Amino acid sequence: MEYIDLHAHMASRTTDDYEQMALTGCVALTDPAFWAGFDRASADSFDDYFHQLTEVEPKRAARVGIRHYTWLCLNPKEADNRALARAVLEKIPKYLDRANVLGIGEIGLNRITRNEVATFQDHLDLAAAHRQIVLIHTPHLEDKYKGTRLIVETLQRDGRIDPGRILIDHAEEHTIGIILGNGFWAGITLYPQTKVSPQRAIDMIERFGPDRICVSSACDWGPSLPIAVPRFALEMRRRGHDEKWIRKIIYENPITFLSQSPRFLIGQKMNDGNGRKAQSAPSGR
Amino acid sequence: MERDFLACPLTGTRLIDEYFIENRTRLLDLAAFLDRLDRAADPAADADFRMQAFREGLRVLCGSSGPRVERIQRVFSDPTTEPADGLDQKSACGAYDHSKAGGA
Repeated sequence: MEYIDLHAHMASRTTDDYEQMALTGCVALTDPAFWAGFDRASADSFDDYFHQLTEVEPKRAARVGIRHYTWLCLNPKEADNRALARAVLEKIPKYLDRANVLGIGEIGLNRITRNEVATFQDHLDLAAAHRQIVLIHTPHLEDKYKGTRLIVETLQRDGRIDPGRILIDHAEEHTIGIILGNGFWAGITLYPQTKVSPQRAIDMIERFGPDRICVSSACDWGPSLPIAVPRFALEMRRRGHDEKWIRKIIYENPITFLSQSPRFLIGQKMNDGNGRKAQSAPSGR
Repeated sequence: MERDFLACPLTGTRLIDEYFIENRTRLLDLAAFLDRLDRAADPAADADFRMQAFREGLRVLCGSSGPRVERIQRVFSDPTTEPADGLDQKSACGAYDHSKAGGA
C-alpha cells in the first residue's frame, strides 16, 4: 500500500533506509529541519543544512522513486539561542522558493523557555508573511502537556494563520483533544521509546476519528524506525480495520494537509502545459 | 469532544485473544523492574521524583476504569503554565520534579 511519511529526518538516515521505505510503499516524505544532536557553531552552518535539505536529499530519495519535501526553520532544540535564531531566520526566505520546500517547520517548543516562545513567535511571523503552511513540534515527556497548551494559546492569540494550515505534531493521549478541538491537524509520531506505539496511535484514532490526523515515523539519528508507518498499517489490519481507513490515514490525509502548499504534487492532477492532465507521481513507481 | 468515531472491530474476547500474551509480558517486565529496584535497596531510588511519579502512575493504572493513559500522562506532566526564565537542560527526563516548584 502506498504511504506518505509526513515526518522523517532523512538527512540523518542511510541510503538503505530510503530503500526500505520505498520497498514498503513510501511514495513521498517530508523532512523537517532538525537539530544535529549538537548545537551548531554559527548560523552559517545552516546554509549547508538547507542546501542538504533542498538539493541533496531530493536526489537521494529520487533514486528509489520517493519524492522528498522539506520544511525550514531553526529547530526548537536550538531556539533558546536568540542570536542564532535571528541570524538563521534571516537566511530562510531565500530558500522558500526551492521546489521541495513546503513551509515552516518543525517549529515549536523544547523545554518551554521564554526565549523559545519568542523564537516560535518569530517563526510564526515568517510563516504569516510568506503565507506558508506550518509544522509544529510539541515538547516531549513531562513538557508535552504544558508546551502544547502554550503553543495552542500562542497560535490562537496570533490568529494570522488558519488552524487548518497548521499540523501540531507529536500528539499524545493528553494533548490530541486540545489540538483537534481547536481546529488544527494532529500528528502522531511512532517512536520506539519516547513517543507513541502503533497500538496507542490506533487507540487515539478510534477515540477521536480518522479526520485531520496523520501518523509518521519521525525517524532521525536516535532509536527510531524508518518503516514505522507500514508497521502501523499492519497493526491496523491486525485490529480488523478496513483498508479504506488505513489508506485514509497513511496516504489521503497527508495529501489533504500537504496539498495546501502548491509545491506538494503527490496525488494531484497537474496540467502538463499543453492542456493535458498528467499524474504527478514520482517517476519509477 | 471525545466520540467513538472509528470503533474497534474486535470484540473484547478477540482483543484478549490477540493481545493477552504481549501485555502479560509487559506486566511481568514492569514487575521485574520494581523487584530490581527493591534488590538495589537504595533509599535514593525511593525518593527519586521520577519513581514517585511512576508509583502514582501505577496507582492510577490499578484504580477504577476510565481514560487511564491520559490520567497517567497527566501524572508525569509539568502542571505549571509559565515559560521558564532559562534553559536548565536540553532534554526532558520523563517526569516533572515537583520539588522545583516548591512541592506544588
